[in-house]
Amino acid sequence: MTDTTSSSAPAEGRPPIQSFEQVLEKRESRVAEFDSTPKSPLRRLQHLLHANPTAVPAIVLALGVIGFSFIVGGRFLSSFNLSLIIQQVTIIGIIGIAQTLIVITAGIDLSVGAIMVLCSVVMGKLAVTLGVPAPLAFLAGLTVGGGCGAINGLLVTRLRLPPFIVTLGTWSIFFALNLWYSGSETLRSQDVAKAAPFLQVLGTPVDILGARFTYGSFFMLLLIAVVWYVLNRTALGRHIYAVGDDPAAAELSGIRTQRVLFKVYVAAGIVCALGAWALIGRIGSISPQAGQTANLDSITAVVIGGASLFGGRGSIVGTLIGALIVGVFRNGLALSGVDVLWQEFTVGILIIVAVALDQWIRKVSA
Amino acid sequence: MSTLSHTQPAPPTALHTAAPVPVLAARGMVKRYGRVTAMDHADFDLYPGEILAVIGDNGAGKSSLIRALSGALVPDDGEILMDGQPVRFGSPLDAQKAGIETVHQSLALSPSLSIADNMFLGREIRRSGVMGSVFRMLDRPAMQKVARDKLTELGLMTVQSINQPVETLSGGQRQGVAVARAAAFGSRVVIMDEPTAALGVKESRRVLELILEVRRRGLPIVLISHNMPHVFEIADRIHIHRLGRRLCVIDPKAHTMSDAVAYMTGAKLPEEQLAA
Repeated sequence: MTDTTSSSAPAEGRPPIQSFEQVLEKRESRVAEFDSTPKSPLRRLQHLLHANPTAVPAIVLALGVIGFSFIVGGRFLSSFNLSLIIQQVTIIGIIGIAQTLIVITAGIDLSVGAIMVLCSVVMGKLAVTLGVPAPLAFLAGLTVGGGCGAINGLLVTRLRLPPFIVTLGTWSIFFALNLWYSGSETLRSQDVAKAAPFLQVLGTPVDILGARFTYGSFFMLLLIAVVWYVLNRTALGRHIYAVGDDPAAAELSGIRTQRVLFKVYVAAGIVCALGAWALIGRIGSISPQAGQTANLDSITAVVIGGASLFGGRGSIVGTLIGALIVGVFRNGLALSGVDVLWQEFTVGILIIVAVALDQWIRKVSA
Repeated sequence: MSTLSHTQPAPPTALHTAAPVPVLAARGMVKRYGRVTAMDHADFDLYPGEILAVIGDNGAGKSSLIRALSGALVPDDGEILMDGQPVRFGSPLDAQKAGIETVHQSLALSPSLSIADNMFLGREIRRSGVMGSVFRMLDRPAMQKVARDKLTELGLMTVQSINQPVETLSGGQRQGVAVARAAAFGSRVVIMDEPTAALGVKESRRVLELILEVRRRGLPIVLISHNMPHVFEIADRIHIHRLGRRLCVIDPKAHTMSDAVAYMTGAKLPEEQLAA
């Protein structure tokens, strides 16, 4: 509680008060009280969701799991099926990390899927076809991923082009390069296993209590932990949020916003290359036609996970939950015998509801 | 009556012991945007320990002047001096490093970040040891403590949570956070651009008290404002900007508000110019 009629102001330092302000002497002297009790239950909910951005997706995920366990029963709830869902969301989970980073900066990256496939093709061709040691081929893939991200980043920060347009263009470019470099040929799983088992290592299964996980799932969790740490516990992470929130304010605060943006695009490219490694582990073979839906699926996961496309708001954990929600709904609907087209239909509704909720939550006022 | 000073600004009334070397000065600054001249050989002087108000009509070029002094704009020509030494500000970061803190009219806060994060935005404190140097880990407890101390020190607020996002604060509270940030980190000069423009009567009074509090700590302040009563109340000198340059500097005790408005709008010329 602060007394603003103020003992700290010595008499000579105090300005003569304007006549119209004299009534203020009798005012309440507390300055910045924090009103912690919003009026209606709805407002309270709005504030709660505002303060906990992952609350909504977490609730939806819980409801989805509960709902499908009633509808489908034991088959859905079996540890094998649940671990299968986790396996299925691994790739989108990893690409979703890259997408989340970009979306927090108020951008969008349509090229993430293309970067991933290009990187997997580079790793495969070098290791399998050209006989380069697999770890070296892997590093080359990471470099290509970082390079693709750097191209996006340069176009966004130097030419100041909108990220949507930049990545729409590079999506086609990277995909074309991928077809050219691979010669549109698929490397068979057994060839990869013989020449470069290292590339498939993330597909190694681990059985725990009847549930089947792969190294890839743990790798995804590790990546999530690392990126969560960077976003929440380092200055760079705070700057990424600040740049997405209000670039002008961030610049005036002394943040080199263009440098932060560039780093984000490069990091996203590298994460996509790591996603390529997980992709090879998951499907075994290396195909230029793989991962076609990763672009839009990653955006779906990010949006359902509570990130705002206007930037400044979003979390890695939210994206993981978003990917899991999509996985649970697809799997549950499939087990219920619902046609694939209605699965798509449901995912579409989820996206629109998620964005509508975001708009509502953003309207929270002091 | 004649405390007008175009060529030789009067020393500040607040600190008579101060050396007459301006802490922050500008000479002949020019900025053109196509055919529009925002600054036309503008000069500026800020002396130690004073509150200098900068007033001018809309479009007089006040904002360009202030943006140049805070590093947000690079002038086409002219120079900025600190303690008589030429300096060059290529970005807001350069000005901050030189000890100049600015409270922008937009406040330059990130709405979704917390009060503590905002106060330390761009100058975060890292943990000591390996956690800080290798893992770049922020020292959140330390930053939260400093942020809370600074807000309390300025008599600013009773904060329930220093981790509350800034967007949940009222306009006055946000202003308080921005002022506290400037006061906490400004080691040489604090610039405030229309700090009371968006505030109610009660909150404006609070910000004026804050400005005096900052001066009491020995920091000179540049106050840009349209509010004549406020300007005449707390300024030691008033810099009147007109048509992209400094028209004159007046002593608020020797002039009336109508004089200032008349100079500012061109309805009347300062005596010195009439003589010239």
